[in-house]
Amino acid sequence: MISLANPTRFLSLVDTVVPWLSALVVILLGTGLYVSFFVAPPDYQQGETVRIMFIHVPAAWLAMFGYTVIALAALGTLIWRHPLADVAAKTAAPIGATFAFIALVTGSLWGKPMWGTYWVWDARLTSMLVLFLLYLGLIALWQAIEEPGRAGRAAAILALVGAVNIPIIKFSVDWWNTLHQPASVFRAGGPTIDPALLTPLFVMAAGSTALFVLLHLIAMRAEILRRRVRALQQTQVARAALAEA
Amino acid sequence: MSAALALLVRDVKLAWREGGAIGVALGFYLVVVAITPFGLGPDLNLLARVAPGMLWVALLLAALLSADRIFHNDYEDGTLDVLTTGPLPLPVLAAVKSLAHWITTGVPLALLAPVLGLLLNLPLDAMPLLVLAMLAGTPAVSFIAAIGASLTLGLRRSGLLLALLVLPLYVPVLIFGVSTASAAMVGPGSPWPPFLMLCALSLASIVLAPLAAAAALRTALR
Repeated sequence: MISLANPTRFLSLVDTVVPWLSALVVILLGTGLYVSFFVAPPDYQQGETVRIMFIHVPAAWLAMFGYTVIALAALGTLIWRHPLADVAAKTAAPIGATFAFIALVTGSLWGKPMWGTYWVWDARLTSMLVLFLLYLGLIALWQAIEEPGRAGRAAAILALVGAVNIPIIKFSVDWWNTLHQPASVFRAGGPTIDPALLTPLFVMAAGSTALFVLLHLIAMRAEILRRRVRALQQTQVARAALAEA
Repeated sequence: MSAALALLVRDVKLAWREGGAIGVALGFYLVVVAITPFGLGPDLNLLARVAPGMLWVALLLAALLSADRIFHNDYEDGTLDVLTTGPLPLPVLAAVKSLAHWITTGVPLALLAPVLGLLLNLPLDAMPLLVLAMLAGTPAVSFIAAIGASLTLGLRRSGLLLALLVLPLYVPVLIFGVSTASAAMVGPGSPWPPFLMLCALSLASIVLAPLAAAAALRTALR
């Protein structure tokens, strides 16, 4: 972690990792998608719609993973002032928000044939919606503060406040949901998943996670380079101002 | 201690004498509740059913409306810089200012709620519990709002950003607050478990939120 504090060393590491990781993503997601859509049998109850799960579940898991990454990076920003922690947190937010959005959309698409409506205030969907809103707040805060140093620290504080709140929100939403409507039939007692469906799910989860890491590394590289360009422009402007004077 | 008390008295006096600071929040509360029946229709049974939820949502919005006042004026005229060099630790400062916001916003809004409840046909016997729940829950509202206010200090369009940052964090307060009043009205179950959860949320916010707000103030004042 400490040796990675040097952005140049981090960039060279990213350059070596990215091709291999890209190959891994293509292989995992390729086989995962193939198996999900052509090999896995349709569910006896849900029919073909069960295939939505192969996208939905990894997306939901990565939405939570993304917020965990941001919260850990926030600790890195506030406690160790690790120069890359802020970059990691900032670039993870849009990726995590996208996965949360995918989870919401696939969830509601699955809900139409299963529940008969696109949106049900089901406990998990609702929690995911709140997580998505927290992501939007983080992204908005980053964009609202112009000075990168302050933006990073403010977003880190907000991320930690959110991390403390997420379990409380999750608990209260579950409580609210059981109060207002009976548990949905499909979740009651937690129907076990057949291995024929579980294997593609695992492949898809691994592939999507690799995709998350790949996108995150590329976004971090772009963000570091963007900051360098910004610093160069600022020195140029300063130099020009000096020459004028 | 005396410094904290002096700051509290000052903030309450300022809010009181500023003219309209408290009144605007109360007026906003009234307007939001008053236009609800135009959206839902004048069916009294329906209004009674949604009354606790509407009153709570309107209260959150009204409290947020005045939340950027917690630090903003003192930040603009430099008072905040002076205060940070004073004897009060920053978290205590944040806690005192949040408390002042609760006294000048949370308490009046909670006390106005039963009057607005009449407009929404809220049953009379549910009102004491509604007010009690609001008095127990609004400290969490004010203290969490202080986090948002300190994060957005000095930014453009800080009011809208504040709402986007803070409203998702109010989900638990809203759920337990509405549950307390609904349980008193229609059941099922006793209103006390959600009420105690609401108290727990407020206590936790009183302890934890000033730490976050102080950290955010430090980044804003640097």
